[in-house]
Amino acid sequence: MAVAKLIGIETEYGIISGGPESDPITTSTLLVNAYASGLAHHIGWDFEDESPGRDARGAPRPGSLAPMVETHLANAVLTNGARFYVDHAHPEYSSPECATPLEAVLYDRAGEEVLRLAMAAAKERYPAAPEIVVYKNNSDTKGNSYGTHENYLLSRDVAFVDVVAGIVPHLVTRQIFCGAGKIGAETPVFDEVPDYQISQRSEFFEEIVGLETTLKRPIVNTRDEPHSDAQRYRRLHLILGDANMADVSTYLKLGTTALLLAMLEDGALPSDDISLRDPVKAVRSISADPTLRCCVETEGGRQLRALDIQLVLCDATAKYVESEGGTALGDTSIAADVVRRWQETLEALEHNPDSLISQVDWIAKKRILDAFQDRHSLDPGDSKLRAMDLQYHDLRPERSLSERVGLERLVSKEAIVEATTKPPRTTRAWFRGSCLARFPQEVVSANWDSLVFDLGSDPLRRVPMMDPLRGTAEHTEQLLREVRSAQELVARLET
Amino acid sequence: MAEREQKHRTPERSDSQETANDESTQGVGDQGERNDKLKADLDDLLDEIDEVLEENAEEFVRNYVQKGGQ
Repeated sequence: MAVAKLIGIETEYGIISGGPESDPITTSTLLVNAYASGLAHHIGWDFEDESPGRDARGAPRPGSLAPMVETHLANAVLTNGARFYVDHAHPEYSSPECATPLEAVLYDRAGEEVLRLAMAAAKERYPAAPEIVVYKNNSDTKGNSYGTHENYLLSRDVAFVDVVAGIVPHLVTRQIFCGAGKIGAETPVFDEVPDYQISQRSEFFEEIVGLETTLKRPIVNTRDEPHSDAQRYRRLHLILGDANMADVSTYLKLGTTALLLAMLEDGALPSDDISLRDPVKAVRSISADPTLRCCVETEGGRQLRALDIQLVLCDATAKYVESEGGTALGDTSIAADVVRRWQETLEALEHNPDSLISQVDWIAKKRILDAFQDRHSLDPGDSKLRAMDLQYHDLRPERSLSERVGLERLVSKEAIVEATTKPPRTTRAWFRGSCLARFPQEVVSANWDSLVFDLGSDPLRRVPMMDPLRGTAEHTEQLLREVRSAQELVARLET
Repeated sequence: MAEREQKHRTPERSDSQETANDESTQGVGDQGERNDKLKADLDDLLDEIDEVLEENAEEFVRNYVQKGGQ
């Protein structure tokens, strides 16, 4: 039986301030601190259990570079259960653990709102400084890429080698409905430079499996840092995806991947010949072909389009949800909805891709680029078009182009604003966020799987939260209502 | 706008009278109107993009440099 597919999504945002001479680490730190200083009480991150160098394949590989944990940069835990901090040279928002892909869309959009509030806070605090502007994209168009990482809760019972074999065909081909699109190419991997790519990230991937995130990026990351009970769970960390502006793209990216992972646990993945002979080459060639006609070779020697592989996966998933209900997605109606939208999207990609202008980022962006180029008779490499490519992802409503293309919205503005401070009720993020809101003086630090309380005279008390499915509103709302102090809460938890 | 829609509708209606398969012809008519609507929307959208696009596109693109990402 598949475990609940809790989902988290982390976004490293692009950031600029004034000219190229500005230091992105300083700018990102100003931005995060401007937001954090406006909160009731700034609660830091607890690095006690961080181990990003642990490899799911066992012993560390020779020459592998584990990501660094930077403890000195700005770091805040938010009452919605998220983490907002400076990672490398970018502001990063890591969403709280969410129980459904729709909830994950909401908390991803809440992250955009947090960044907008942070831009406003920085402007207010440093009125004379150059404006800080944030972009939700994955490349600077000059060969530098930054990530949007997905996390899924998995059962420890599935062997990692099966995870890789099972999910790679999907990861390579799903970009046709969740790519964010971009003009041209930034790496020397193509024999012929494409005019337009479906995905921002695909060309940066060089390995099938690996631990690195900044060099030799792998399609499946092996970081084995479950942030939960390692006997029972894995956290699958995927670094391949694009940051999406379109809700439907995010929803389908997370929903389809989560369902296929549940099927992997239940032994329900299709046995068709869809494993790819060269996944790294395939992910790039699919990205480089917005006509969706290019074929990639399977292990069995067949030539298939990305759409053909997606149709196989989608059909198998529809059957699985019909027979099993798809309860791993938190709600059977969500699983059915993901399948329905997936089917409709593939159908539209086959027959009328332009009809997806409100649902799929790479199509929306391409449509406005083509039309703008026509109207002004521009050369394909014109800097106005390149500016549009970036400005599609500008988070300022007055500048954002994605705000203007009429994207279909799955979550309301009101719900997004509420989600910037209120945690999801259905995971341990609820306990984390609620304790932060309720006891801002006593919670001295937090991380994904514990909270640290300072109760005065005693040593600091760590409250472990090793099961991401506990600490929900259902489990702890009553308790939090009953206790009158943090001391009483910790005492009750220890009995 | 209303006049333009009217002009487009007239021939489609006569088409449907000549065709046994009303349903598919109706679909084509709807598609024609939808395309007109999309084109008008797109024109408005392009006007708006002209207004909000970074003034010095070349400098903006050149200065957009992001190092140190995962």
